[in-house]
Amino acid sequence: MMGNTNTAWLLVFSAWLVAAVATLGALFMSEIMGFAPCVLCWYQRIFMFPLVLILALGLFPFDPKVLRYALPLATMGLLVAGFHVLLTVGVIPETLAPCRDGIPCKALQIEWFGFVTIPLLSFFAFLALNLLLISAYLKTSK
Amino acid sequence: MKQKSIFIAAAALLILVFVGGALLYQKQQTEQAAQLAKQNMAALVRMDAPSFGNADAPVHIVEFFDPACGTCREFYPMVKALMAEHPGKIRLSLRYAPFHRGSDAVVKVLEAARKQGKFEATLEALFSRQDAWVQNHTANAQLIGPLLAPLGMDLVQLQNDANAPEVATLIARDLADAKTLNVTMTPEYFVNGKPLPQFGFAELKQLVDDALANSK
Repeated sequence: MMGNTNTAWLLVFSAWLVAAVATLGALFMSEIMGFAPCVLCWYQRIFMFPLVLILALGLFPFDPKVLRYALPLATMGLLVAGFHVLLTVGVIPETLAPCRDGIPCKALQIEWFGFVTIPLLSFFAFLALNLLLISAYLKTSK
Repeated sequence: MKQKSIFIAAAALLILVFVGGALLYQKQQTEQAAQLAKQNMAALVRMDAPSFGNADAPVHIVEFFDPACGTCREFYPMVKALMAEHPGKIRLSLRYAPFHRGSDAVVKVLEAARKQGKFEATLEALFSRQDAWVQNHTANAQLIGPLLAPLGMDLVQLQNDANAPEVATLIARDLADAKTLNVTMTPEYFVNGKPLPQFGFAELKQLVDDALANSK
């Protein structure tokens, strides 16, 4: 039992690390590098930023209930990020996206190694969050 | 206990990397901007740009500005005060960067007013009631009429001059220069060719003070 709790704590801690890195990364790109976030980016931020605080609070003292509150945010973020990635690769036509004014969501500010874009980084961050939080949930619900 | 130390160490490390990265990035950007300005002095200093102050002043501030930009309005009197503090020592050249929608039409009127010797008065009138003609980040040149009326300009001539193709060419050139110098926000200042290390009036004042000290 003690072992399971420890593993679950580590999983939630790892999820917090992912959320914190993603949040600081997003802030670095918008505040320091000056990239203006598009509408879809803002929705992903809405689901990512609170996780840094919620998960941290769930770690001390460790409260498995934190997964109840964190998982919906992570899941919604994954859906938006998935939509955004499909948009950037052209599977979804841009006319369907809610970008009317300002920064087009299809515009790519960075493209590392030819395929790593900001929406893709966001998608992987949310995917990792979901996997970590679901495994933590399975550990604690046993 | 151990968990708490892991958490605090991780949080501290993340913040350290963020702050360090930010400082490094800013330093790199400033060096790049300085290099860019050095290589493109011709794009930075244009003799025909409207300017204030002693033409032979040792300190030359080049400002890229947009009449529709609120921060440009806020900075304008502060820069003027700085010039008044050092009479004859500072020259200010204004370059157009009408990034707001509709702002180029207002810049055309400014250029036309310059032909009638009313550039400064027009600029100050536009800044003083910026809220009357800039709404929702969009400039509306149709609304500036009442602000210009008291300045005693020949309004028919003003209209003709504003629509002259040379004025459009001048604005296009200034925008091209802004692009060359990587000016993406207004106001952007260069003091004797040096860009601000970070945006702010204190930074501008520091650069001016350094340039003044160097000129002695």
